Order: sequence, then C-alpha cells, then structure tokens
Amino acid sequence: MFGTISPTLLVAALMVAATPILLAALGELVVEKAGVLNLGVEGMMIIGAICGFAVAVETGSPVAGFAGGALGGAALSLVFGVLTQFLLSNQVATGLALTLFGLGLSSLLGQGYVGIKPPATGRLDFGPLSDLPFAGRVVFGHDWVVYLSLALTVGIWWFLRRSRAGLTLRAVGESHDAAHALGLRVRATRLAAIAFGGACAGLGGAYLSLVRVPQWTEGMTSGVGWIALAIVVFASWRPGGVLLGAYLFGGVTVLQLNLQAAGVAIPVEYLSMSPYLITIAVLVVISARGTRRSLGAPADLGKQFHATR
Amino acid sequence: MSAPLLELSGLTKAYPGVVANDDVSFGIGRGQIHALLGENGAGKSTLVKMIYGLVRPDEGEMRLEGRPHAPATPLEARAAGVAMVFQHFSLFDALDVAENITLGMADPPPRRDLAERIRKVSRDYGLPLDPNRIVGDLSAGERQRVEIVRCLLQSPKLLIMDEPTSVLTPQEVEILFATLRKLSAEGTAILYISHKLDEIRSLCDAATILRLGKVVGACDPRESSARELAEMMVGSALSAPARGGHVAGEVILEVEDLSLPPAHAFGTPLRRIGFGLAKGEILGIGGVAGNGQDELLAALSGERVSPRGSVRLRETDVSRMGPDARRALGLLSAPEERLGHAAAPDMSLMENALLSGHGRKALARRGFVDWGRTAAFARDVIARFDVRTPGEHVAARALSGGNLQKFVIGREVLQAPDVLVVNQPTWGVDAAAAAAIRQALLDLAEGGAGIIVISQDLDELMEISDRFAALNEGRLSAPVATATLDVERIGLMLGGAWDREKSHA
Repeated sequence: MFGTISPTLLVAALMVAATPILLAALGELVVEKAGVLNLGVEGMMIIGAICGFAVAVETGSPVAGFAGGALGGAALSLVFGVLTQFLLSNQVATGLALTLFGLGLSSLLGQGYVGIKPPATGRLDFGPLSDLPFAGRVVFGHDWVVYLSLALTVGIWWFLRRSRAGLTLRAVGESHDAAHALGLRVRATRLAAIAFGGACAGLGGAYLSLVRVPQWTEGMTSGVGWIALAIVVFASWRPGGVLLGAYLFGGVTVLQLNLQAAGVAIPVEYLSMSPYLITIAVLVVISARGTRRSLGAPADLGKQFHATR
Repeated sequence: MSAPLLELSGLTKAYPGVVANDDVSFGIGRGQIHALLGENGAGKSTLVKMIYGLVRPDEGEMRLEGRPHAPATPLEARAAGVAMVFQHFSLFDALDVAENITLGMADPPPRRDLAERIRKVSRDYGLPLDPNRIVGDLSAGERQRVEIVRCLLQSPKLLIMDEPTSVLTPQEVEILFATLRKLSAEGTAILYISHKLDEIRSLCDAATILRLGKVVGACDPRESSARELAEMMVGSALSAPARGGHVAGEVILEVEDLSLPPAHAFGTPLRRIGFGLAKGEILGIGGVAGNGQDELLAALSGERVSPRGSVRLRETDVSRMGPDARRALGLLSAPEERLGHAAAPDMSLMENALLSGHGRKALARRGFVDWGRTAAFARDVIARFDVRTPGEHVAARALSGGNLQKFVIGREVLQAPDVLVVNQPTWGVDAAAAAAIRQALLDLAEGGAGIIVISQDLDELMEISDRFAALNEGRLSAPVATATLDVERIGLMLGGAWDREKSHA
C-alpha cells in the first residue's frame, strides 16, 4: 500500500509543510522565554500570509513578499505589545482578540487577491549537488526560506544559551522583578521579543500563501498557529524540540495526505486528526522523560509587570 | 574621620499619601559599617533604593567621594561603586550561579574567566560557591553568597545589605560577619539594615535611626544597649511578652511517621516526622528556610493529606481530612505568605474573615452568609489586635505587612483553636506588632491551646516556646526543652547534627 509513495518526495514535502509551523513556533518560543504569552500567533500568521501575498503580487518579488509578511506580523504583534506591556491588559484575552482581529482584517485586505497566482519562489541552485540521489532533493532541493528556518533554529538556540542578550531575555522571563532590580530593561526586552515573534509568525504565514499553497484564501492558516503554540509548550521551550515537533507534524500531515490519496482503508477523519495526536503524544513522552528544569517553563510566563518607581 | 565616602543631605521622597523620607541627612565613612535602623515603614528601603538608583529623590542631594551621586538606574549606581544585596533575593531560580552573576555586571568577562574569578573571590572571602549549580537548588545561605559574590566581583566602595541575616543559621551569620569585617578592613563601607539589634551592636561602628521617614538619632551601637536602640526606633518604651507559670497538660496533637514527597520541583520532602504537642504548650520549630517549613504547615493544616494515622488530634485520625474538617475539630493554622495564602489580597478584611471563620464562628447558615455576624467578627479582630485600618471593608492588599499579619493571626486566635499552627508569625513585622502577636500566642497557650510556631527567628522561638525542635532537609529533630539550650547547640540542631549530639550525650 505504500508502493505509490516516494520517500524522497515525502521528506521533501514534509520540510515544506513543516516550515511555516517551525517559523511561527520559533518566534513564539522567544516571546515566551521573555515571559510573555502571546496567543495571537494564528492572527499574526494570517496577517503575514495576506501582507506577504499582496506585496509579492504587487512588486513581483517573492523576497519583498516575505519581508512584507514579516513586517505585517511584527506590526500586529506590536499592537499586542503596547496593550499588554504599557496599558497592562490581560495577555490571554489580548492574544485571543489578536487572533480574531487578524482573521477579520486579513479577509478584508485579501478581497482583491482571491484566485491570483503569486510569483514563484524558486529552489536554490546548488549546481551538481542537486543531482545527487535522495540527498540532492532532500538536502539541496529547497527554497531559501527552508534554509532560513533551519538557520533560525540554530541561531535562536545559540542566542538563548550563549549570548548575553539571550541571557537577559531569559532572566526577564524568569523573574521580571529581580531583573528590574538589577537594572535590566524589562519592557524594552519584552517588546523586542514580541516584535520578533510577530515577524517570525508573519514569515511563516507568508510561506503558506507564497509557497505551500500557493494562493490566497480566507482563513487559510486553519489552526497552524495554534499547533505552533502547542509545540512550544510540549517541546519544553527548546529550539531543538520545536524543530522536532514541527517536522513531526509536517511529516504526519504529508504522510496522511498521501495515504488518503492512496486510498487506504482508514476513515479520513482519523487520518486528518493523526498529525495533532501523534505530534503531541511524542512531545509529551519526550518532555516527560527529560527533567532539566533549567530549560523548562519561564517562571514569570504570562505575568503582568508593573514597575514601582 | 576625614570627609565621608557617601554624604546624604536633605533627601526627601514622597509617595501619594505618605512621605517615605523627609529631609534625611547623614554620612558614611570609608570602611565604616553603618547600621540603618527603623521599624517597618520607617523609610529604610526607600532610602537605600535612592542610593542604588531604583528610586529618584524628590529633593536633596547625595555626594559620593565628594562628587554628586544621582544615579538614574542601578547600572549607573554600580558603575559609581555602589552594590546592594537585597532582602528578597534578586536571583533567577532557573539560571546557574555564573549566569546570575553575569546579569549583575556591566561588562562581564567570558564565562570561563568569570567562573574562575567566582571561585577565587568566593574562596578568598570564605563563601565557597560552585559557578555551575542551578540557583533554585541552593540553600538560602548559599543564595545570599551568590548575591554577595556578585557585588564583590565589582569591588564596590559601598555595599548595601538589606536584612541579610533573616534567613541564616547562627553559623552562617558568623561567616557573613567575618566576611563583612574583612571587607571593612579593606576599606569598603557597608550600609547595614537589620531588625536584629544584637547583631548591629556586635558588627556596626555607627548607626542612624529612622522613624516615620525622619532621622531621629545617631549613636554608636557598641555603646548603647539593645533596649535603648529599640526605644529610639519605636519612640516609646517596649514591654517584653509576659507569661505565667505553665503546666504541661495531656497530649492533644500527635504526629507519627509523617512522610510526604515534595509538592513541586524546588520543594522539600518531609521525612518521618514525629512529635507530640501537649495542651498549653508552645512548640517552636526552627530551621533555615526551605527545609520543609511550608510542607510541614501544609500537612498539619490539611492542605495536603498525609498517610493514614500520621496526624492525630485528640485520638482522632485527621490525616486524610481537608482544612475545613480539621478546623471543625479545632486544628487551625496561619501560613507564612500573607498575601495570597493566608489572605486573599483583593478581598476585603470582612471577606477574609469569612473565608477562615465561617465554620467555627457560624458565619454562614444553610448556605447563606450572615454578613452582619461576619462584619462583627472582622471588627472584633481589628479591635482586639489593634489592626490599623480604616475599616473591615478595606482590601487585604491595602494593609501594611505588620497590620495584615496581626489580622491573620487574630482571626485564628479568636476562633478559639485547640491547636494552632503558625509559620513565621512575625516575619517582616516591626517590633511593637511582633511583641503584640507573641503576647497573643502566649495568652492562647495559657488558655490551654497547643501551639506550634514555625519560625526562622531564633530569638523569637527562645522567647516564647517551651520546647524547641529543628527542621533540616525535611527531618525534624527530637524536641528539647528550650531552657536547656544554648546558641551552639541550636546551631548544630539547625545544621542537622542532632543525632550526633544525642549519641554524645
């Protein structure tokens, strides 16, 4: 029954399917490490999707499109940032509102873009390397955003574990009162993290509308932002875990689509729910095994910071 | 003495409704250990926050080594040579020692060099530390070392210490004092804030006393008695708690073989705890914070149930009962954390009175709250325990720590408990309020109730308890009559060495 499914194409498709989730989840990871819970990932992604799509169509340049998507996501996230960090609104409620706002605003912006094809984002040319069997397609056969997302995974790991700024960010998420007492700039750090998270989510959204689908439809993120949020938690706030979770989710999604196409005798409903179930089950098992607290939930996640001066 | 290192003149800082500091002026000399004394709310914290750049003064000026000192942020203060060890540790539990220290430095060296410097400085000053350990796993004494080493690495000219000894064992206090004397001999000035007058008398060369934001006196603490210092702080004569003769009655509460796993990752397990409590007796339980105090209170109050038979009240097994059932039988408790545990911060005093007293004071009948009786009960607590508040409708959060503590303890005492368990009853409370609370506990015991006082303040335990036991890593030593104890023996008990002690005896 697996005869019709090519492993090479499966892995290649998996990476494409996983990239938007990976980007959004990496951004949210940084936001949560700074102690902010932004539930608006879905809204920022879909704003990124339409902004990226619109800019790419208008300019004809996919690169400009991705930049537009990132800017759109960051701009929306700063609405959340100002509301929660300066006006001290509740993070959970504001995040949920951001998702609803993003979904509504994107369908308004996208009215003129339904049914258009965006300019194509080409694969990078690695010369003869791309002709290698299997590895040629899997390792050297992607567009630049896939490589960017992988580089971002390593970059964020390095940033959080090794750099001074990353240490400051973790400290702010761990105890904003202690950080403030040491003279660290809690709000500025959090705002920067929120904007970065928004840009990543926007980039992920733009990847959906420019590469993965590629076209604009209303509500096209269809819950990807939520699974990105869940992956961050179940990956115990580790970039490596986020990568694993995103690729697992992407892999099972692609596999079940292939199985559906191959006409396997499992009801479609079960196949459709399988990516969610399997990803969460696997990540739960992994995070239950490791007990390294130093990488666990930031202690001040979702708490309001109000400096008394 | 030549020109002082730090000179404060006319410092004033007002918050809405209260003047925290009013025209405060004094000087601190090089190498001097200068005590800052005052009750809660006297303005000590605000004053040091101004020196450290966390708060800006409204008026007045500070001069450090003759130059104007007006730091806008702690970074600037540290750059000018001012370092501070906080009362509530400013540490990050999930980060390791080296990372915590890095965060407090303006220009940290690479990690490998830093680890080496941490080892060297901590060794030189007798404060051994491993830079790679996670701070959440350290004891209170070790956590304080992290803060001190963080300050020392920047070779400060002035070190501010805010109540540094409140969480330390006597031995740890000795080590700390040796370090501070060494620093002072090297020329570092120390501004030392403490409630503990005996410590100040043995450590400090000068003292400034604040009351209600004003400087009310300066003295040489080595030449003043603790009583004189206390009276300068309070502004009136103090009365020590009085207690009548005491006859131990029958055993009312028995704890046997009580073991519980920790409730959270940084918690302490309870290991085979056993003791008996007699009617009219006060059992003091000492120990450094984080050795199982909170867990023991939770197991006694009923917040966590324990194995069958481990807690018995008057022969009734209460170990599987929740707090309400235990309250009905006469076992009451008041936890340490006032806001959020002993009292709901945003609810009024009346509502808070209802929350713990609804059963024993019959404040709710057939599911309906009797607000008249509830208000009367709250007013009774406020009047009898001298809680300073505009009324019973005020939110718990709005009260000062000492006043809320009086309310929390009074609320339980007035429910006429048979057994009362309190954790840190006078933590962060000024001398007069602390004396009132201790007196209330003594009076309650006189009336025949058994009382367990869990506290880190050894002087307090020596003053009011009949027997003393120590918690160490979740184990409880055998209780010993307080009258037979000396400081050295208590220190050994706190350090977990009572078994050795027993085998020698």
